[in-house]
Amino acid sequence: MPHDGRTPWIEDRFSEGVVITSLEQAINWARQSSLWPLTFGLACCAIEMMAVGCSRFDIDRFGAGAFRATPRQADLMIVAGTVTYKMASRVRRLYNQMPDPKYVIAMGACVCGGGPYFKYGYHVVKGVDLVVPVDVYVPGCPPRPEALLEGLMRVQDRVRAERIARDATDELPVPHHTGYPELPIKPEDYRVSASEEASA
Amino acid sequence: MSPQEIAQLLKDQFGDRITGEALDVLDPWIAVAPEALHEVMEFLRNDERLAMDFLHCVSGVDYFEPDPKKAKRAKFEPHMEVLYHLSSMKHGHRIVIKVFLPRWKNDRPGELPEVPSVADIWPTANWHEREVYDLMGIRFVGHPDLRRILCPEDWVGHPLRKDYEFPDEYHGIRAR
Ligand code: SF4
Repeated sequence: MPHDGRTPWIEDRFSEGVVITSLEQAINWARQSSLWPLTFGLACCAIEMMAVGCSRFDIDRFGAGAFRATPRQADLMIVAGTVTYKMASRVRRLYNQMPDPKYVIAMGACVCGGGPYFKYGYHVVKGVDLVVPVDVYVPGCPPRPEALLEGLMRVQDRVRAERIARDATDELPVPHHTGYPELPIKPEDYRVSASEEASA
Repeated sequence: MSPQEIAQLLKDQFGDRITGEALDVLDPWIAVAPEALHEVMEFLRNDERLAMDFLHCVSGVDYFEPDPKKAKRAKFEPHMEVLYHLSSMKHGHRIVIKVFLPRWKNDRPGELPEVPSVADIWPTANWHEREVYDLMGIRFVGHPDLRRILCPEDWVGHPLRKDYEFPDEYHGIRAR
């Protein structure tokens, strides 16, 4: 059909298959939905990480279910379990072997800061952040699977905040979870009124 | 065989090289002089009446109180012990053999106390003795391959000794 010169060229011709977005968003979207973790677990927390991989909690819903058996294909390192000094050098080597961009989740009390081995464990690294840079800490001994999923989503926030322009700096996401439990009643409801105070 | 009978048999055989016993406790034990250990163990293993064919574990114990105030009240002299839990599949009896050792050989700190290895009698003892060596610092003389088994090869000290000092740093990782 020859073009009549009045209807715009593109309008209505591709709309069903085309989405317009910025390149940055497209890349970040792709990255955040295919964070491939590295397959390795060091102690009891790893059991919980395996549960996250199974159908009940299903980390695949967030695109992070493809546990890779080699660091060369992984984007995310979930350090799950006690890191001993003997293991620390291996953890660091695996981290160095991962291609950029890479992220680290410290899962469990042991990995966050020594946990139960903090005082008398001669063999435990007091926090894996002494060995590799950590993006998200998930506390707990062991953390619930939901907590690890939460940690994963915080990593995704981080990925989403990445800027690809050369001079742009990443905007770190403001966590939308404050970390405080929400009270069912507002604090002012607890306050004792002046008249009650006077009578007391 | 009852623990009393085992003790009597050993005493008849080795005389004053059997240095102590406690037979009416939950885990009856017999103490043996370190020099005689290998001989006694061979006898326990090979004698038809005893036939101790199963070594459950080898353990090390450090009797030491690092706090000087508590050390005065401690009910023991500082020393180390090595324990061998033995039982016989054939006769269904069991016994614990103990060896008392000084904390340091010749009381010179840093020189590990020595005890003969029994790895040639029960192959189980091989790794167990390596573990005791690694964590408690007891040298098993005659062991075929006495290396550390749990800690890294370049680890300093024996961590389960009561006076062990934690390292400040290990390969660039802050440790305190
Ligand atoms: S944090 Fe607790 S559950 Fe996790 S590895 Fe350490 S001891 Fe085990």
